[in-house]
Amino acid sequence: MSLPNPPAMMDQLQEVKIPFAAGVVESLQAGDLISLTGTLFTGRDQTHRRMMALLDEGADLPVDLAGQLLYYVGPSPARPGQVIGAAGPTTSYRMDVYTPRLLDLGLMATMGKGSRSQTVREAMVRHKAIYLAAFGGAGALLSKCIVEAEVVAFADAGPEALFKFSVQRFPAVVINDVHGRDYYEMVKSGKDAPR
Amino acid sequence: MREIEAALITEAVKKITMEAGVRLEPDILEGLVSARDSETSGLAKNILELLLVNADIAAREKIPVCQDTGVAVVFIELGQDVHINGDLGEAIQQGIQAGYQEGYLRKSVCDPITRVNTGTNTPAVIHIELVPGEQIRIIVLPKGCGSENMSGLTMLPPSSGISGMKDFVVRQVVNAGPNPCPPLLIGVGMGGTFEKAALLAKKALIRPLGKHHSRPDVAALEEEILTRINEQGQGVQGLGGNNTALAVHIDLFPSHIASLPVAVNIQCHAHRHKEIVL
Repeated sequence: MSLPNPPAMMDQLQEVKIPFAAGVVESLQAGDLISLTGTLFTGRDQTHRRMMALLDEGADLPVDLAGQLLYYVGPSPARPGQVIGAAGPTTSYRMDVYTPRLLDLGLMATMGKGSRSQTVREAMVRHKAIYLAAFGGAGALLSKCIVEAEVVAFADAGPEALFKFSVQRFPAVVINDVHGRDYYEMVKSGKDAPR
Repeated sequence: MREIEAALITEAVKKITMEAGVRLEPDILEGLVSARDSETSGLAKNILELLLVNADIAAREKIPVCQDTGVAVVFIELGQDVHINGDLGEAIQQGIQAGYQEGYLRKSVCDPITRVNTGTNTPAVIHIELVPGEQIRIIVLPKGCGSENMSGLTMLPPSSGISGMKDFVVRQVVNAGPNPCPPLLIGVGMGGTFEKAALLAKKALIRPLGKHHSRPDVAALEEEILTRINEQGQGVQGLGGNNTALAVHIDLFPSHIASLPVAVNIQCHAHRHKEIVL
């Protein structure tokens, strides 16, 4: 089998800087293919449980998530000389129970894979927040889009630590936009023209 | 009687664990290529291409194909004329631990109550079967849980029959939607008992991708269910197209006259599996 070339799609993505400039989140539409450049924070199951425990105690979160993008990922360890190991998205619904509370604190976007609950979708519309899907199972390729990685909190949780990533041209699909549209639903109901 | 040192088993398990994490087997690569070639959606075709690039980067740079390097499921077919010098279970666990550590694979196993990570990716889930002969066949299946979580089991009344079974499998995949990282491999265990059906479904995953069951009626069912799943249009990553699943593998076992257990084990496209025979 010959080595495949990177798909042309990767050069045709709409470039988006993160954290988002004013008006950018509102301009993105369900189904848009984008590439992210800038900084984001990460978290998955334990990260969220620990953040919720801090909030329950009335403490501050280790980072201010207002205006930020939170990426659901538990990276594999970096080999010597690598920035990070494989770092593709984990399934997002497990974070649904925690997400509205973070949106209340100003979190502007989340990124993972798979559908969000109705409660999260409604909270996103209320807060003008969006949800993105990264390409699941492409963790080796996506690691190439992460140029810096630093543990910010919960280091003892290993892959479930809260990282800060600097990303360059990290590909994603807009699933839920600020207008309440859900791209997975649009595909399922045939409301989106085949791409 | 053949004697095998436990240390040899540890070494073999470590080796195939490290390889499985970063290198997709030819059957799954061919499955992704043929999905790409048959794909009707432009976006899905691009994503399938991207998954092939991902597999290439992973193998060349020894980066895991997917960061979820799984809970290690280990199938052992142990020849009854083999004598192992040492503790077989311990030898396997040590091989898993060393493979995850030295292969820079993610440790994802935790206590189910405290959720504290064991730090070693052990214990692995081990299934041992005694077979004739004096060889040991070891298969490591690092099972990612985005897909594992979408699996299910039902105890159908026999009156539901084949059509009940087909509906359950298709519904399980449709309800999973984009969560388990389609395109998928669907393992189905039909018959036996509660636990037997689940194990059949899991074991069906390690059959070479798309190789049909030897019974023609079962092979026809595999084909029919695959077609039905792919007609739903959820497609690659739930973003549309005609490749929601790459294959359906069904395994059977006779069941009680009152019973029709059906288990569906969902596997993602990053279907890592590796075997070695000692």
